[in-house]
Amino acid sequence: MLARALLVFSDWLVPVLLVLILIHAYWKRVKVFEIFAEGAKEALTLAGSIFPYLLAMLIAIGILRASGALEFLSELLAPLLAFLGIPKEVLPMALLRPLSGSGALGVMTTLIAEYGPDSLIGRIASTMQGSTETTFYVLAVYFGSVGITSYRHALWVGLLSDLAAFLTAVWVCRLVFS
Amino acid sequence: MVNMLWLIMIVTGIAFALASGRVAELAPAIFSSAELAVELIIGLVGVMGFWLGLAKLIQRSGLLQGFIRLLRPVVRALFPSVPANHPATGVILMNITANLLGLGNAATPFGLRAMHYLQELNPRPKEASDAMCTFMALNTACITLVPTMVIAIRTAQGSRAPGEIIGTTLVSTLVATTVAVILDYFFRRLRGRR
Repeated sequence: MLARALLVFSDWLVPVLLVLILIHAYWKRVKVFEIFAEGAKEALTLAGSIFPYLLAMLIAIGILRASGALEFLSELLAPLLAFLGIPKEVLPMALLRPLSGSGALGVMTTLIAEYGPDSLIGRIASTMQGSTETTFYVLAVYFGSVGITSYRHALWVGLLSDLAAFLTAVWVCRLVFS
Repeated sequence: MVNMLWLIMIVTGIAFALASGRVAELAPAIFSSAELAVELIIGLVGVMGFWLGLAKLIQRSGLLQGFIRLLRPVVRALFPSVPANHPATGVILMNITANLLGLGNAATPFGLRAMHYLQELNPRPKEASDAMCTFMALNTACITLVPTMVIAIRTAQGSRAPGEIIGTTLVSTLVATTVAVILDYFFRRLRGRR
């Protein structure tokens, strides 16, 4: 029931959002076509600014995979992962996500390319990527900007909520997609 | 941080390949990874363009302002130490709304400004205040309605249903945010108010 509802929600969200946003904007006398194009133009700059980081991370991940280091780590943690019901392929994703956004994006892409976007592993990786932030980066940037050096409990809260997101991602994907 | 991480990944990988006799597989892996990055970025431009176009429309039509009005009571409840008319409230709202709509890039400038205002209210300038910790809890858990980047990559990789993870993402992001807010509350109680 929940599973069905989530799938319907996913199918409907984009078209419904599109229609509502467009009609509302037109009604507010926004030049919908021109403003849409203005926003869309930013995608080129954005893609350009992501590319070098993504390239660097994908190369590092490629090396780690080809060397067998990732496999080794996954085998090492296999019993714990099996206990939690986490497929061992997504482990690198969980390890990298709090440390590096581009790193996790790289792992997600490799997993999707290898297992397919519509496989369980691809779906779990997508859900993990979308549902958490790069905790260390966010804290460093935000606290750094005002010169704060003592983070108090913020780091623990961030990391524990990442963990909660990962476990939920695995559980909810298994429930909905199988 | 990232510099160290990247170096460690590469050095560990190469050391491992030496130890397991898989050195010959390294160069092909490097070049196929580089190619994957290009494929990915090209796919990304189209889908990101769509979302950024919509984002611009939301900003111009005032829909963003509507969202902000809707969320105001939530922010008041989460940040009791911030006075009602303090400018921090406004930028915190802008930050949360932008995150909610998957506009990460738009969220960061508001977030930084929010930190600046919260610092003005902070009695110990080297130490994070309660309000800052709560704000960081919300930002690291990151409530997302539409994970635009993930959808873009799934589309680029030929998914039959790129948006099918919207629902599952929403559930897990809600759980993460709830956990973050509750933990933040308990830590605050445990260590005493500041």
